[in-house]
Amino acid sequence: MAEIHLTDLTKSYGPTEVLHHIEGHIQDGEFIVIVGPSGCGKSTLLRMVAGLETVSSGEIRIGERRVNELEPSERDIAMVFQNYALYPHMSVRANMAYGLKIRKLSQAEINRRVEEAADILEIRQYLDRKPRQLSGGQRQRVAMGRAIVRDPQVFLFDEPLSNLDAKLRVQMRLEIRKLQQRLGVTSIYVTHDQVEAMTLGDRLMVLNGGYVEQFGTPIELYDRPASIFVAGFIGSPAMNFLPAEVKDGSVVLSNGVIIPVESPKEANVTLGIRPEHLQPEPEGAIALQVEMVEQLGANTLLHGTLQGTDKALTASVAGHATYENGEFVNFSAPASMLHLFDPETESRLEL
Amino acid sequence: MLKRVHFPSSPLPYLLVAPQLAITLIFFIWPASQAFYQSFLIEDAFGLGSEFVWFENFEVLWSDSHYLAAFWRTAVFSLLVAGLSMGFALVLAGFAQRAVRGALTYRTLLIWPYAVAPVLAGALWVFMFNPTLGIFPYFLEFFGIDWNHYLNGGQAMALVVMAAAWKQVAYNFLFYLAAMQSIPPSVIEAAAIDGAGPGRRFWTIIFPLISPTTFFLLVINMVYAFFETFGIIHAVTQGGPGTSTTILVYKVFNDGFVGLDLGGSAAQSVILMVLVVTMTVIQFRYVERKVEY
Repeated sequence: MAEIHLTDLTKSYGPTEVLHHIEGHIQDGEFIVIVGPSGCGKSTLLRMVAGLETVSSGEIRIGERRVNELEPSERDIAMVFQNYALYPHMSVRANMAYGLKIRKLSQAEINRRVEEAADILEIRQYLDRKPRQLSGGQRQRVAMGRAIVRDPQVFLFDEPLSNLDAKLRVQMRLEIRKLQQRLGVTSIYVTHDQVEAMTLGDRLMVLNGGYVEQFGTPIELYDRPASIFVAGFIGSPAMNFLPAEVKDGSVVLSNGVIIPVESPKEANVTLGIRPEHLQPEPEGAIALQVEMVEQLGANTLLHGTLQGTDKALTASVAGHATYENGEFVNFSAPASMLHLFDPETESRLEL
Repeated sequence: MLKRVHFPSSPLPYLLVAPQLAITLIFFIWPASQAFYQSFLIEDAFGLGSEFVWFENFEVLWSDSHYLAAFWRTAVFSLLVAGLSMGFALVLAGFAQRAVRGALTYRTLLIWPYAVAPVLAGALWVFMFNPTLGIFPYFLEFFGIDWNHYLNGGQAMALVVMAAAWKQVAYNFLFYLAAMQSIPPSVIEAAAIDGAGPGRRFWTIIFPLISPTTFFLLVINMVYAFFETFGIIHAVTQGGPGTSTTILVYKVFNDGFVGLDLGGSAAQSVILMVLVVTMTVIQFRYVERKVEY
């Protein structure tokens, strides 16, 4: 169990810098999710912590130790890979015991730890099978078992659920979270799935193009996204963005609709509003011309455009609702639910 | 029950396989059947007459101490060739796998020896190890080794083993490299995180995972050592000194074309044929089934 400090961390491949000055302090026992689109450098960052990629500049500390120059085996970490990376020629038991044997633990201790982990993960009956005789979910458990038995200071997860089907993914997600809370081991989890990130993480680090866009709790990211990228990435369906202008203490949309806000500044802005925060109201100022309706059961998504413009707009309405294509539906947007961003820097503007 | 799809019959498929069938029949089946037939005959030394003798040629072989000695010699020779060439190839492939810079050049250069004809390979080694002119006997003299493979049977054997193994390293290297590259990198990384050093990773993860390749190569190399090393032996030692490098395939040639015992030679080649068929069957049986991924 340990804190992790990432200080001014940079990764370059030749002249190309792929991670730029990453800063982050991870508390002991915290579950951190690194989330971002593919190619944002999230796996590279995780692999740097694991010691599978070299550090170009900056420092990684696990506990009190600087680990930049240490081999993966000396860092006291365990990692769960996307494709599980089980040793295909060994039984489940041998897979889990491999690292313990290398550390020259006694056979009795190895058996005790393997069986304890197998009980936690409910894979005891599979201990003598080969990985290829197991289903994806079972392999996933074995991979986690292999991490648990080592009793490491840090768990690293590299998109461990992306090869599972949707139902199993939700189930395993809960199990990983429960397991982490039970063991209290500091964990870093990489995913591109924002729902997974929101549900698992104590805090999320949103990466984009090698930069940390925001590092905070899921609710912070949802309520106060620091940039257009975070705002669009966190939350489903994604936030609506509309070009607008702030003047005379209100926001004016491109079709002339005025929403009053308390802002003394005058500027061009990008207005962000989440689909679920648009409230249907016959007298509402924002009119959406429906182009497509998605019935999700619990709620209904209306896709269309803002009246009088070609700007895409999506609204989420509770329950079943029937709308005709081409119909206009009016919504109001409470000022407290609006987000304003600078269209140039794409960063958040405080109201 | 699945219903088979029926296509209207046409001569085209037969025409398309006809060239391959013709080649197989004319160049493989026919000579093989001739050898088989010949192995039941005893011919006089001038080739004027022959007599059908059933299994006498085989009976003579089994009681011939020279032939049995050649059998053992071949076994030792082929195991040494296979072991040496596979061992080297494994080490080279292991390094090529880890190479960061110049990997392509390194691999390309390692494949070149395979393109050298066996007789030429033999000639190269003959020059290098020529007792009076060669560079290696000159070096070996510093270690007090008097190299003369024209007189010393053990040294002659060592030389043909080296020459034959050298030529096969490239082929084995290719297969080992391909096998190693098909292992998911994350498995090796997982082992590294589990605390295994490079040596341990190799022996406990990589080597077991490429064992199907090892088995396949073992059979291929044995077949190579049994049959295709003729050119090398002919160029380097011609089976000598004495019979110390006369392996089975060389004895077939020697007895048949030099000794003119056509029936005995044919009987030997039939036995060789049986051996290679056996090895091929073993290979198909086990290699096809025991793939570990």
